[in-house]
Amino acid sequence: MTADMKLDLTPETANNGVNLEALKDEKITLEVEDLNLFYGEKQALHNINLQIPEKKVTAFIGPSGCGKSTLLRCFNRMNDLVDIARVEGAIKLNGNNIYGPDVNVADLRRNVGMVFQKPNPFPKSIYENVAYGLRLQGINKRSVLDEVVEWALKGAALWDEVKDRLDDNALGMSGGQQQRLVIARSIAVQPEVLLLDEPASALDPISTLKIEELIHDLKDQYTIVIVTHNMQQAARVSDYTAFMYMGDMVEFDKTDTIFTNPSKKKTEDYITGRYG
Amino acid sequence: MKDKFFKSGEHWVWFNAGAIAISLVMVVSLVFFIAVKGLSHFWPADIVIFETKLANGTIQKSLGEVYDEETPKGQDPAVAKQILLKTGNRDLYGLDFRWLKAKEIVGQSSRDDVLVIERREWGNFYGFLKGVKFDGKEYSLDNPELYDKMEEAIDRATDIYGEIKDIEKDDIGSINYDLEQLRLERKRLQLEEKDTPEAIAEIRAQEDVLKAEFEVQQAKMNALYDDANRDALMVESVDGKTLTVVASNIVMAFQPNNMGPLDKVGHYFTKIGEFIFDEPREANTEGGVFPAIFGTVMMVILMSIMVTPFGVVAAVYLHEYAKQGFVTRLIRIAVNNLAGVPSIVYGVFGLGFFVYFLGGSIDDLFYPEAKPAPTFGTSGLLWASITLALLTLPVVIVSTEEGLSRIPKSIREGSLALGATKIETLWRTVLPMASPAMMTGLILAIARAAGEVAPLMLVGVVKLAPTLPLDGNLPFIHLERKFMHLGFHIYDVGFQSPNVEAARPLVFATAFLLVLVIILLNITAIKIRNRLREKYKSLEH
Repeated sequence: MTADMKLDLTPETANNGVNLEALKDEKITLEVEDLNLFYGEKQALHNINLQIPEKKVTAFIGPSGCGKSTLLRCFNRMNDLVDIARVEGAIKLNGNNIYGPDVNVADLRRNVGMVFQKPNPFPKSIYENVAYGLRLQGINKRSVLDEVVEWALKGAALWDEVKDRLDDNALGMSGGQQQRLVIARSIAVQPEVLLLDEPASALDPISTLKIEELIHDLKDQYTIVIVTHNMQQAARVSDYTAFMYMGDMVEFDKTDTIFTNPSKKKTEDYITGRYG
Repeated sequence: MKDKFFKSGEHWVWFNAGAIAISLVMVVSLVFFIAVKGLSHFWPADIVIFETKLANGTIQKSLGEVYDEETPKGQDPAVAKQILLKTGNRDLYGLDFRWLKAKEIVGQSSRDDVLVIERREWGNFYGFLKGVKFDGKEYSLDNPELYDKMEEAIDRATDIYGEIKDIEKDDIGSINYDLEQLRLERKRLQLEEKDTPEAIAEIRAQEDVLKAEFEVQQAKMNALYDDANRDALMVESVDGKTLTVVASNIVMAFQPNNMGPLDKVGHYFTKIGEFIFDEPREANTEGGVFPAIFGTVMMVILMSIMVTPFGVVAAVYLHEYAKQGFVTRLIRIAVNNLAGVPSIVYGVFGLGFFVYFLGGSIDDLFYPEAKPAPTFGTSGLLWASITLALLTLPVVIVSTEEGLSRIPKSIREGSLALGATKIETLWRTVLPMASPAMMTGLILAIARAAGEVAPLMLVGVVKLAPTLPLDGNLPFIHLERKFMHLGFHIYDVGFQSPNVEAARPLVFATAFLLVLVIILLNITAIKIRNRLREKYKSLEH
């Protein structure tokens, strides 16, 4: 654990920066309790304690490799796919531990949608991409699908652009459109939580702006957790921000507080661009 | 200048381009060579008359088509040159071919009225028409209607012959098939000790109906035979021997020296059509190769149906489900080595395991009534297809795995994140996207299987199959039957034939056809793959 020593961050001090008091007026959707994650021998997350408020945008920031994506992928158990990953501790979704023994992972993932860094539409038509999650649930009735596809595409601010070419291959769309399609695909199954893993990092500035506007619109209905390495973006879109460093949760607070008056020097250094 | 040439690596480019050019030239010239050798066989060459003075002073007249010229090695062409003449008339001379010594030739001439008759027996006849017997009347040389009547007689006989073949194959064939089924039914009842007098009587009644029907068809056929034998051609060979050729024995008659270029082209395509769509005659040295084409294609299709699902399932397990480690590595090595096992070894394995063990067990269990004659316990189409499926399995496994590993992780994660299980992700997204790779595997498998002969000789191919594996009798596809194959046909015609000279052009023609069939099967598979690629082209970025 040389990294800890170098950083001089004991778990105690690490948690000191997590100001859960800031959440006292919020309803809590996700609760992370003493979460540790190991890749084989290597520990990637250290004793994380955190709460994610309902229908708000929570941003994870931090330098590359700090574990923010790893933490995000714990929320829908995407880390199960990594053979050597091992999780200790608990994450509670509405009070139920998602790492409990009788949890259906497929149900969980339907409830906790995820959008990835690079747009990953399926090589199918636009319509079938959005209908994919519904078809998985056995919904094949055309009228139901039509309705949901339109609703989801409107929700992702894509309907006006694609309504005339729903049967075209999704791979023919621009990168920004593809990313919004993936968001539409995720909200089509009506999840509670939406996890966004650097959703705009592969996009041009205009597409990024559209995605950010979309996030702003979506937070009325969904609890959103976004990972970003772009601090301006975090400042623009999020209500709460968590700063992570080397697998530790350094600081968590309201976004305004983090960006104007951080309580940790590490946070301040990172935000002001002194390292990272 | 020289330095720059080598430094830029241009000599490697030239080296590679040269290698490709050489491969290309070799492939093209191989195909061109067999095409020229094979396809020229069907062209109606001019017929020449040679007069040779034999050693004993007699003059011998030979009529025929020049096939080849040859000088024995190390001898003077002026003295030792020989000409190979196809003289036909096997019933008169005993052989179809005659070598003439060039120095003995004293005269060479040509006549317009030379007639070539392609016969169903005894090979070709070369000679002159002397008269036609048509509908009881005789037409002689001075009758202007002579040749018209000849055509008429042949056309009529050909029609009747077709009718006879239809009756033999379809009507009598299916009666025989049904009778055989009844015989087996009776034997089955006996074995199960259910052969009550009523049951036997019922079978016998059915048999009687079939036998009566058989008699009717037989009588009909005999009448047709008599009818077909009504007309005949009176012909004479170049050395003055006369002969009567019954019209029903004639496939076609033509006068090559009298044909214009257009007629020759027409004749050429008729002959090619005959080659592709007719059955072989005269120990495979005459007629067509249709049963062999049919057998080859059907076997390849059956093999594809078997190898694709099996290989894909194996690859999916190996790549998606099996824990990667020592054992899977071992399995991969084994699969790759399987591709290198000589094909005859598969043949021996197929004969021992599939034919004798599996087939024998199936016979014991399901066909006890047919014993001691084997049903599945002998080589046949099914076992040949399975043996070749086993032979080509490694190719399909390897390329499917290759395709699966090329599917981006992000696509799988996208599906899983929407609540799909692993199998749903595989089924709905990964497998369709990997389908072009599966097709690549299948293309390679087809290319290998269609050209494979050695294992087939042990597990199902014969030189002449009496029936096709697909016909009008239930259950329509007869997987237990033996079949003909173009590759084996080449071997049989070229190297097992009693009539080597006549067979040689057929070897080239059949080889060319086999190459064409393989190219055709491959093009079909490649077209399908390209369509799939177009559909799932997300792999490109």
